[in-house]
Amino acid sequence: MTETAIATADNAILAGARAGSAVAFEGVVKDYGQTRVLHGLDLAIQPGEFVSLLGPSGCGKTTALRVLAGLERANGGTVRIGGSDVSAVPTNRRDLGMVFQAYSLFPHLDVTANTAFGLRMRKVAKREAAARVRDALALVGLAGFGERYPHQLSGGQQQRVALARALVTEPRVLLLDEPLSALDAKVRVTLRDEIRRIQLRLGITTVFVTHDQEEALAVSDRIAVMNAGRIDQIGTPEELYLRPATAHVAEFVGLSSVLPCTVGGGVAEVLGIRLPVVGEAADGPAEAFVRPENVRLGGPIDAVVLESTFLGSVRRTVLRTAGGQLLRMQHAVGERVEFDERVTLGIEPAPVAVRPREG
Amino acid sequence: MNARGFAPHPAVRWLIGLAIIVLFAIPIVSMAEYTLRDATAGGHSLVHWIELFDPARAGTYRPIWTGLGNSAVLAVVTVAIVLLLLAPTMVLVELRFPKLKRPFEFLALLPISIPAIVLVVGLAPIYLAIGRTIGTGIWPLAFAYGVTVLPFAYRAIQAAIDATELRVLAEAARSLGASWPAVLVRVLAPNLRPGLLAASLISVAVVLGEFTIASLLNRQNLQTALVVVGKQDPYASVILSLLALAFAFVLLVVIGRIGGGTPRARRSARPPKDQP
Repeated sequence: MTETAIATADNAILAGARAGSAVAFEGVVKDYGQTRVLHGLDLAIQPGEFVSLLGPSGCGKTTALRVLAGLERANGGTVRIGGSDVSAVPTNRRDLGMVFQAYSLFPHLDVTANTAFGLRMRKVAKREAAARVRDALALVGLAGFGERYPHQLSGGQQQRVALARALVTEPRVLLLDEPLSALDAKVRVTLRDEIRRIQLRLGITTVFVTHDQEEALAVSDRIAVMNAGRIDQIGTPEELYLRPATAHVAEFVGLSSVLPCTVGGGVAEVLGIRLPVVGEAADGPAEAFVRPENVRLGGPIDAVVLESTFLGSVRRTVLRTAGGQLLRMQHAVGERVEFDERVTLGIEPAPVAVRPREG
Repeated sequence: MNARGFAPHPAVRWLIGLAIIVLFAIPIVSMAEYTLRDATAGGHSLVHWIELFDPARAGTYRPIWTGLGNSAVLAVVTVAIVLLLLAPTMVLVELRFPKLKRPFEFLALLPISIPAIVLVVGLAPIYLAIGRTIGTGIWPLAFAYGVTVLPFAYRAIQAAIDATELRVLAEAARSLGASWPAVLVRVLAPNLRPGLLAASLISVAVVLGEFTIASLLNRQNLQTALVVVGKQDPYASVILSLLALAFAFVLLVVIGRIGGGTPRARRSARPPKDQP
């Protein structure tokens, strides 16, 4: 299916692809009644960049996207698309493409009419519209599905049509509001990769809202990790994973074991092992986030195997130290450990994120 | 308790259905029989039905045709009120002011609990003023009818709204560049079509059967005309009542077809298995 899409060399959508527009949030504030959901959000997105807003539910990521779309009005601050202030521009004049979490195809229109809707609103000539719709459907791998109705499509196909519908007008920005969360795991991965592939080929600025860190890590140029209406950290997936700025980022991005430690002079002592600390941390008792791939067999820590899971290319094992702490280890498949086996562990001296210990 | 729970035995269901049919059929059949009576020749004939179109008696029946015309005008204006005022308001409440949904529902259902005769007490001075300003024509009566059909039309439209992802569809259309009127006409109306149609038909049925308000406000519609003519020629008024009843019955059958019909069934149809 993907091959046919790529083979369409004379695809007008691709030919007409232009560099995306820059997007900027400047001190955006949003209140719902008494509750402030966005606390002066600042975020600058480069033209053609794929940025994910990642965070737990209720962190304000969807609200930020809806403010950008004009579906919610901000209580303060400025939203810019392509450099110009669009804060007062209604949604229908912002020149956006948007894919929603819920299936949003118009049930009374077939796939062709759904895809052509934006072109019809822009009064594009029929012949040109038909050609562009055909190309858009080919782009998402649904050539030949034009006469189906939404109820005759699977969830994945419906979201593909929604993507074609959003792209066919060649918008300045593509907004994706958790478009994959209603789909099966397998479809989710396929469509996720395909969205990224199409985005790279069109060079369209894309803002992707998700609560799935794996999804965000896989497709983004940069990820903004949000927490309680603020951006904790924005950076490339590697930066977030290797050098999380806050404990929340470390906890939310990737898997970690949370271990008690003592911080002193930029070094955390975790289970007797000294590890450099990421960023700045106050001296005193704290908790360190240790990545499972930095834990290895052999070392000064005594532990008991609680559970070991074969994951294909790696093995992931949960252990309990003599002090009662739980520790995750990711190791080679060849290093077999048995349930209840006593082993010794070490921790690689990779930088760790820490947070002050409560109490 | 069996698998069907408290569902009655099929025979009992048939019996209940039959009883109801008989109950409704008795007056209708009696009316039909009455119109076929031939007092002069004895027995039954179509003489009264033919008389209805007798030019010599046209004067007697004129109020009926006037009333029928007036009722038709009222039906059209009332349906216009339902489609152009009530429906967009309900969409607005659903999308923009969801907090007003409960109060609005209460307000919309209120007329059903107020007897028409009570309604008229309030309406009389208003219509006195309307009579002075925009005349005593029949169509302003549709404003009053707009109130009486409110509960029925509201329920029909709200059912359609509840069955549709109105907000998502509206937002998707907006993001694709549709103005609000375009959202309403091109996206929401087609998806609310069953509800809008049902609301329109039920409004027509209510308007055609309305007597009290028209009579007390001295306006002539089909029902008041039937009463007037019935005093001179009882046969004609019964024939017309019968026809009006049959028309309303057909309307209700059509409404039933729309409500339980294809769009809902299509939507709930199982989509094909998920595939990339």
